[in-house]
Amino acid sequence: MTWTVFAVAIFNAMLINNVILKQFLGICPFLGVSKKSSSAVGMGAAVTFVMVIASFVTYAIYSYVLVPYGIEYISTIAFILVIASLVQLVEMILKKFSKPLYKSLGIYLPLITTNCAILGVAEGNISNIYTNYGSSGMWLAVFTALGTALGFTLIIFAFSSVREKLESSNVPDAWKGVPISLVVAGIMSIAFLGLQGIL
Amino acid sequence: MSKKENFLKGFFKENPIFVFLLGMCPALAVTAVFETALGMGLLVIFVLTMSNIVVSMLRNVIPNDVRTPAYIVIIATFVTIVGMVSKAFTYDLYLALGVFIPLIVVNCLILGRAESFASKNKVLDSAIDGFGMGLGFTFALVVIGVFREFLSTGGIIWGEFLPFFVDQPVTLFSLDMIINLFNSDFVIADYALNMFSLAPGAFIALGIILALIQGKSARRIKKEIEIQKQRIVELKKVALAKKAAAAKLVKEAA
Repeated sequence: MTWTVFAVAIFNAMLINNVILKQFLGICPFLGVSKKSSSAVGMGAAVTFVMVIASFVTYAIYSYVLVPYGIEYISTIAFILVIASLVQLVEMILKKFSKPLYKSLGIYLPLITTNCAILGVAEGNISNIYTNYGSSGMWLAVFTALGTALGFTLIIFAFSSVREKLESSNVPDAWKGVPISLVVAGIMSIAFLGLQGIL
Repeated sequence: MSKKENFLKGFFKENPIFVFLLGMCPALAVTAVFETALGMGLLVIFVLTMSNIVVSMLRNVIPNDVRTPAYIVIIATFVTIVGMVSKAFTYDLYLALGVFIPLIVVNCLILGRAESFASKNKVLDSAIDGFGMGLGFTFALVVIGVFREFLSTGGIIWGEFLPFFVDQPVTLFSLDMIINLFNSDFVIADYALNMFSLAPGAFIALGIILALIQGKSARRIKKEIEIQKQRIVELKKVALAKKAAAAKLVKEAA
């Protein structure tokens, strides 16, 4: 596989098939943690960190443990356990070795276990990449995860900036809060619809 | 709380999607047509009821420190079961829902009910709670699904993904039926808002529905505040009248 394949995978996962606006994964943190742009960036960084490691580990487990023993059907249980324990592990390692990083990401890490974007990307890698490339598609899966996570960070940051402005604007009572935010997300989604068909 | 209240609370008062904003990912992703929304809701009802029952049965066995992983494993087991069942009996639905079937595991609604209700209550109550909440979730999904399918195609179709009761897809309702009475050249599909079947339409449709609900509750709250204000004004009037009467009495006595 050449570098162009990886670059295309990142571009595709980040902008064209954006994880929030196109695939609807990770909507809970998208609406919940986007009130301030600083916390949005923290969440994005934590998701990037965990998503890349998690898709590497789940892909390896799928191709070297589940497939050889013929137990692909328990992939959901295996993946969610791997992700939950991985999040715990990352939290402990950060706590031990990097105090400043733990302080900035620590509060977002427990929320990530139930972030459907992580499990969704792990499952999507299996159904899109493993069926085409087999176990040699590992790096492609990792780069796809990186692109997805960067797309998540980009959108959650842009959205939180819009939301900070919305806080001080005069919105009708019925639309205050979540409804107007959803419409803003819809308009962003229309903008990203324009990127479709580039590749 | 009586059993009936426990069952009914999921529909309006504590509706998972419209009130608590839980489980938003499927609410946006699988509601392009009414049928996939209903199918997703049925799967969630099964998983939620069964996981609530099992969590409630094991609530005295599971240690407090590892309860979240334990709940996740219980939920994941039932999700794997519904995945297999839907693959066997409703293959079109399985393909249409795709990655969102395994993602039922991380649906905040299910883990939230296990954590906040099933781990503290008896088995029967937990089963009723799970069933009622699941029905409320399905109700919300179906409302969004009908709204989006109607706006994007001008009608509602049954039988494409859920092959129950019919062999061929049937049009349950379509605006064409009404329009054809007057003018048969006009086809509603040419004028439908196709955007609502795409990604932006999901956000905007849910935004509109939430705004309708919020507007209604805002109006009710405003009315209540006004009624309270009026009551306070009346009370003040009564108090002033009493004071005046007392002052008069004092004057007369003097």
